[in-house]
Amino acid sequence: MTRLIVRRLCEAVPVLFVIVTLVFFMVRLAPGGPFDTERKVSPEVLANLQAYYGLDQPLHVQYVRYLGQLLRGDLGPSFKNAGYSVNELIGLGIPVSLELGLYALIIALIIGITSGVIAALNQNTAHDYAPMVLSMAGICIPNFVIGPVLALIFSLWLGWLPVAGWEGPASKVLPSVTLGVAYAAYVSRLTRGGMLEVLSQDFIRTARAKGMSEARMVLRHALKGGLQPVISFLGPAAAGLLSGAFVVETIFQIPGLGRLFIQSAFNRDYTMIMGTVLFYAALILLFNLVVDVVQSRIDPRLRER
Amino acid sequence: MYRLGKNRLAVLGLAVLGVLVVLALATPWIAPYANDAQDLKLGASAPSAQHWFGTDTLGRDLFTRILYGGQISLLVGFAATAVSLLIGVLYGAMAGFIGGRTDSVMMRIVDILYTLPFTIFVIVLMVFFGRNIILLFAAIGAVQWLTMARIVRGQVLTLKHSEFIEAAAVMGFSKRRIILRHIIPNILGPVIVYTTLTIPSVMLIEAFLSFLGLGVQAPMSSWGVLIKEGADCMEEYWWMLVFPSLALSITLFALNFLGDGLRDALDPRAAKD
Repeated sequence: MTRLIVRRLCEAVPVLFVIVTLVFFMVRLAPGGPFDTERKVSPEVLANLQAYYGLDQPLHVQYVRYLGQLLRGDLGPSFKNAGYSVNELIGLGIPVSLELGLYALIIALIIGITSGVIAALNQNTAHDYAPMVLSMAGICIPNFVIGPVLALIFSLWLGWLPVAGWEGPASKVLPSVTLGVAYAAYVSRLTRGGMLEVLSQDFIRTARAKGMSEARMVLRHALKGGLQPVISFLGPAAAGLLSGAFVVETIFQIPGLGRLFIQSAFNRDYTMIMGTVLFYAALILLFNLVVDVVQSRIDPRLRER
Repeated sequence: MYRLGKNRLAVLGLAVLGVLVVLALATPWIAPYANDAQDLKLGASAPSAQHWFGTDTLGRDLFTRILYGGQISLLVGFAATAVSLLIGVLYGAMAGFIGGRTDSVMMRIVDILYTLPFTIFVIVLMVFFGRNIILLFAAIGAVQWLTMARIVRGQVLTLKHSEFIEAAAVMGFSKRRIILRHIIPNILGPVIVYTTLTIPSVMLIEAFLSFLGLGVQAPMSSWGVLIKEGADCMEEYWWMLVFPSLALSITLFALNFLGDGLRDALDPRAAKD
């Protein structure tokens, strides 16, 4: 276990380094800079700005300097939000995005696992087909369609929930549901598949033969193995929730990290882009590691690798 | 094929897809109005006999715009999938054939790439290097080849050691003949299935990027662009959101059902679950 964790952490360092390098040069070599968009600035002001942020230096000097900053855990000042450092801005966005992602994940797991188990226990009946058709709908209707449609129905027509924002429980319902629905659909299909496999095994037959109640059999024996595919899906799901948050936070105007990233990309805010990309990458690597550890705890067969 | 024929949903998916492709190809002849023909006096109007799906804020016929947008959406779907197919099959086949250390290094790279936040790269790429459609194909294709590479490699590895391939080698057939006549026909099934399932996810990425304003640019439009426009003014003009969304969702449904059906038909084992 410890070896797995240490090996993965060692691997993460070169991966993050490659990401930093790739994004750094991609962003700098592209035409256009952070200060040439809106109003025209005089050449002197521009030169001053560039000198202030070190943009007048040759590229390799900037690169080395940036790496040095990173080692000290400093992501630099934001070019577009004067007076804020990237660390501060990310710090402001994280709690919001994590909260949104967490709610979405909870919604996805509750709906997905329940409907998946029901479908598996009633294979090839109406109680199987209905959840599966619904989950296909959840996969095929993208969140940027679901979001506006939900807002149209529940906010504009019925007036039950606010259209946008992130203040108070009522405003958090629509974004969380929008983000969670697609994952509920995937979880449901994976749970069904995993459960079907487990339910056909001998120990389940034994449990049933002993006269164990169906509910107890599912909870005590079947779920542990049946949820295996769901757990391995959590890694990619976390990555997906992050990029899903780009859209959902934009639709509902939520001040999270996703919207911050999209804005900084449009603004060509170099340090902000680098910071968020790096943060996302580290988060995803970490999440994949956690998933692997959890998985090998549950299933001893995976520990060999 | 017979097994596919028995799966009604898959047949329906294939039929819908066929209709969509015909519509996209015939768009210039069947579109009721010229592409981007404006009628500013009319402005946005609800669905009517003249304009089946209504008109947008500039008085453009929405049905026509959806037809033209569909051309682009489908084109991106097929072209970017072709890119990912090319990279994935070549990479996977190479790893599988060479085997040994090369294989394990190549697959380790795929593992690592899997963990990267690719959507973010595509966004950065699209923002910084102009938003042209060729780059869009390349960027999406470059993201989507990983699973294909894994599938192809796995197939090649199993086939390489299977008895009928060894038999063919013993019988003195040339490598070229073995690859062309025995290996390729046998990996075709899973590749076709996965390709069918890649197209909808590629179309989804395109729509996602276009929704954020990073994908297809004016004067071209795609379903993602239309959905974005619809979402911006859904309060007054619901039809501008509903019809493009329906077009995209129906297409994704059709492709997914077809892909699932193909998988069940080509792999009877999976169908039982």
